[in-house]
Amino acid sequence: MGNELMLSPRDQSLLDGDCGPALQFAMKVVVRGAELLGAPRLIDAQFVHVDSCHYYGRAHLDFAKFFVQHAAQFDIPAWTNTIPISLRDTDVRDPETEFHREAKELAEQYVALGCQPVWTCAPYQLPAGPKFGDQIVGSESNAVTYFNSVVGARTNKYGDFLDVCCGLVARVPDAGFHTNEGRRGEILFDIGNLPMILRQHDAFYHVLGHLIGGRSQSMTPVIAGLPSTTNKDDLKAISAAVAASGGVALFHGIGVTPEADTIEQAFLGGEPTETVSVTSDQVVEARDSLSSAGPGKLNMVAVGTPHFSMSEFERLVRLLDGARIHCDLTFYVSTSRFVAENAAAMGWMETLNRAGVTVVVDTCTYFSPRVKACRGRVMTNSAKWAYYSPGMLDVEVVFGSLEDCVQSAIKGEVRRDCRVWGEPW
Amino acid sequence: MVARVVAKVLNPGAVTGVVQVLHERLSFWGGFDPREGRIIDRHHPQYGCQLKDKLLVLPGSRGSAGTPAGVAEAVRLNQAPKAIILGQVDVNVTVGMIVASHLYDIQVPVLVVEDQVSYNQFRDGETWTVLENGLVEKRGSHEQ
Repeated sequence: MGNELMLSPRDQSLLDGDCGPALQFAMKVVVRGAELLGAPRLIDAQFVHVDSCHYYGRAHLDFAKFFVQHAAQFDIPAWTNTIPISLRDTDVRDPETEFHREAKELAEQYVALGCQPVWTCAPYQLPAGPKFGDQIVGSESNAVTYFNSVVGARTNKYGDFLDVCCGLVARVPDAGFHTNEGRRGEILFDIGNLPMILRQHDAFYHVLGHLIGGRSQSMTPVIAGLPSTTNKDDLKAISAAVAASGGVALFHGIGVTPEADTIEQAFLGGEPTETVSVTSDQVVEARDSLSSAGPGKLNMVAVGTPHFSMSEFERLVRLLDGARIHCDLTFYVSTSRFVAENAAAMGWMETLNRAGVTVVVDTCTYFSPRVKACRGRVMTNSAKWAYYSPGMLDVEVVFGSLEDCVQSAIKGEVRRDCRVWGEPW
Repeated sequence: MVARVVAKVLNPGAVTGVVQVLHERLSFWGGFDPREGRIIDRHHPQYGCQLKDKLLVLPGSRGSAGTPAGVAEAVRLNQAPKAIILGQVDVNVTVGMIVASHLYDIQVPVLVVEDQVSYNQFRDGETWTVLENGLVEKRGSHEQ
């Protein structure tokens, strides 16, 4: 607060109700948000990823219906986040619950408001999304971090309702991660002393993100020593984990992410407030903190948090190598309908079906009512799933790499390869 | 004797209530049940604590984008605190209450007290009154 917010003539006109009560209320909420963030002005937004479509209670539905009743429409591309149910599910256990009915009705409201019904927490895997330098409205935490860090688009983490209001008026507060200064690195993590074989292991990126998120809290971390082989799935893993364990909305990876060619660039010429030389011991400790259960029989495997990509599907098919999932457990892959359709076109869905893998779209297994009935020991390759699910489901979690998950699913019990870690599980 | 704290108004309103201080931040999505008005985050030191009709004093919210929806849903179901006093400006809690007053015509004041000494004046069980202008007062034997 402190700064006086200057409104453009169009902002003021919307606030005065010249374009009707829907945009008037949306602008009122955006202005209040901007004042609280200390923004001097609002700036144009080019894209919105809507989280308010994720049903939690009737307030969500009443809010959306207010805008639909006043015929509001998004003028900028508006894509939807995951929802608690799958709209394409043919195997929903109890489709007649009020929860399911209202969750579906809420989803329909956002289609009526002009959203593209992509229902994904990994919108950055779809074509024609935000580009470097775009000012956008992000909401879901991993997508905010990925858009900021890996794409170089600019967003604060907008909570429910404010995401929709900003998107409808296509304006965001000129504050925080929308500004150059707000993107300055604050804390440096040097991973250069870790063995290269570890730094190139898929599960390492989840663990690294978990470790960094916990140490950074809401500071912007900079990572030095990521290998040049670091790919989009690895960066997705870091994004999801730093956001879950810390609340980090932006990180820089020297030589890997677009605003960090050098350490100087990542810190905008300034100095880190703290430098952490990450040790193998810290990595193993963070790895082990992601598992609440030890070895034994598995009830379920959950991968695809955030949503599985094409390259991950390709790898899963290769790792299965024609084997079948053990008949005593369910192997879930969460993904978007877009990626699922492309994977089907490659013939992978048929292969996965034969192997006994269940693919779910539009939703995620850590909050879907569909898997609420699951009990017991669950294995995941996702730090985010491991972090959230013990609070949301009645399960114990075992964390491992994608390959560990596949080998364990075939055997029906936990099997983990410890060689790259240098320490047993 | 009158104790008095000057707060910044994030969402206006006037109300009298019994203070409940939270020692840690709270996620109103997943950490709070808007149907029962209780904390359900098992990691929160005040797990199980009832927030309905309290004058809720807390450092701020945490976690996911869902907090505004959890706040508004609690108002809809009459399970919300009577007022919220924050230790730090919190956009999510404020937006949740602005939307709730728009949809349900129930005005839950949200205030921020950034000065730690003033913030620490609020004690569990005390009755305080929030005024429209952001003054918060404790009277010896206050009757509304």
